[in-house]
Amino acid sequence: MTERILSSSAALAEALHEEMRRDETIFILGEDLVSHAGIFGQFKGIPENFPGRIIDTPISEACIAGCGVGAALTGMRPIIDFHFSDFVTCGMDELCNQAAKIRYMSGGQVKLPMVVWCPDGAGLRAAAQHSQSLEAWFVHTPGLKVVVPSDPHDVKGLIKAAIRDDNPVMFFQHKKLFAKEGPVPEDDYVISLGQAAVKREGKDVSLLCYGAGYYLCLEAAEALRQMEIDAEIVDLRTLKPLDMETVAASISKTHRAVIVHEACRTGGFGAELAARIQDELFDEVDAPVKRVGAKDVPIPFSPPMEDFVLPSVRDVIEAARAITYR
Amino acid sequence: MVTVRQFETMAGEYFAAGKIPGFIHLSIGQEASSVGVCSCLRPDDYVITTHRGHGHMIAKGADLKRMAAELFGKKTGYCKGKGGSMHIADFSIGILGANGVVAGGLPIITGAGLSIKMRKTDQVAVCFFGDGATNRGPVHEAMNMAAIWKLPVLFVVENNQWSSTTPLKDSCSVVDLYKRAAGYNMPGEKVDGNDILSVRKVTAKAVDRARAGEGPTFIENKTYRIKGHFEGDPQKYRTEEEVKSWQDEKDPLNRFSRVLFKKRFLSRKLADQILAEVQSKLNEAVTFAENSPFPEPEDALTDLYIDS
Repeated sequence: MTERILSSSAALAEALHEEMRRDETIFILGEDLVSHAGIFGQFKGIPENFPGRIIDTPISEACIAGCGVGAALTGMRPIIDFHFSDFVTCGMDELCNQAAKIRYMSGGQVKLPMVVWCPDGAGLRAAAQHSQSLEAWFVHTPGLKVVVPSDPHDVKGLIKAAIRDDNPVMFFQHKKLFAKEGPVPEDDYVISLGQAAVKREGKDVSLLCYGAGYYLCLEAAEALRQMEIDAEIVDLRTLKPLDMETVAASISKTHRAVIVHEACRTGGFGAELAARIQDELFDEVDAPVKRVGAKDVPIPFSPPMEDFVLPSVRDVIEAARAITYR
Repeated sequence: MVTVRQFETMAGEYFAAGKIPGFIHLSIGQEASSVGVCSCLRPDDYVITTHRGHGHMIAKGADLKRMAAELFGKKTGYCKGKGGSMHIADFSIGILGANGVVAGGLPIITGAGLSIKMRKTDQVAVCFFGDGATNRGPVHEAMNMAAIWKLPVLFVVENNQWSSTTPLKDSCSVVDLYKRAAGYNMPGEKVDGNDILSVRKVTAKAVDRARAGEGPTFIENKTYRIKGHFEGDPQKYRTEEEVKSWQDEKDPLNRFSRVLFKKRFLSRKLADQILAEVQSKLNEAVTFAENSPFPEPEDALTDLYIDS
């Protein structure tokens, strides 16, 4: 398997090229996509190579999402670009009342293959309406799948799985990670939705993470190693369906868990995962399950405040130390 | 129209008798719109309807037995009891579903229109909605998008004068909703929605336009909701006289039969025969629904995701 070093953006564009060549029903719909290949350049090459299959829309998020639903119900495989994930609020009916429910409400008559691509996350001094991590809202909506990749390798494999899935998939990619580089195989590989990855093996504590949280854990694990705490990193990759088996295997080994995400803590995905751990793995855990996430305020603009609100590497280290009692 | 009227009359009776769970919304008095529009469509054309959608379903060719069974919450219903009156769908005949969210269908029909255009077929996509829906934001987004891309879509508003309990004059900035089409550079048609022949004439023209790639049309079928917003609605917001003024002379079935009698296309004997045939089919549908089993409770856990 030949690997190159690619950015997450390049991995995404490569996957989309391969998928769009494979299946002509795939198209991309959203605001400001054609002239700059997406506002982050994330669709580099697509406008030239697939004219007419990447479509600029008016600023009409409800109708963009609804168009995805209508197209998916009638034989197409749309990818909806939400510009900034924060704007999902303008399309919530289409995503949560329509896309998530139409197959179920109709008694399984139809499939709805649609990917909703949402650039999310903070750290760009973009303030409260362009910085959120909203994945938990959609985990709470039966009928949707929720994917939050971290590194470029996973971006390519997971977007392909999302596109090939016959259900609506929310795909959250952190804006600050677009330029992050990593090895990406040239092959046409697919990472099944619902398959977590143990990305660092360790025996003392499980760091359960996804998206930007993964990179916090990578740094924290290195610092913890110097404190002789051997951390295992489990990148969940897909929140729904959730790979509880991999989580269980890790916790059965370390008996301690820290859940790390950038979204604010209260009602975040960490709350759900902690609840499942205490319910399903009560006999395995030797210490309280800790959660690391943003403080419960909107993301503020000014750098000192934003940095203070977001979870840090130090938060992960402190949480791990607290439950390893070191 | 007779089938729609009789089906809904039957549904109202069984609802009152406690045989149909939940709540239902009837379109009695609006049959010329549902039947007039759908009679201009092909089986492969798409339709999205509303919470008041029995008429559109039947007019597009839905099976009466499976519809009745769905209303009764039975396993043999269109949605296996998961949808009920507000969510009946039959994708095999282009019915992309009734929608419980007011104006929920408009963005979706726009997507169906885009899909038709991208697949280069000559299908047409029709969305029914009420006057109340025209005030929701997605209507603006959908009509603008369909217009700029010249999508093969018919936006059919059934202006029945009442948005739930609120009269048109208190909820819409204009009395003639078709005028709103001008804001999208889209033809807007004002139609006597209780006259099936007028509805058909305007619809046929709009369908031709759509199939020819000339874009969407906004059609306002002016009509009236004879029954309450939902069955059991106390209707304190309007008078019996107002309702009465839209019945008899103005009733869409009476109006069409008068034409047919006059032109001698219909005799009293034939009319009675049609009524009896429809009633017999409905009796069969109700018997089927009543004799069908309820779903198993655990069936609630199926049909959410499809294995890819």
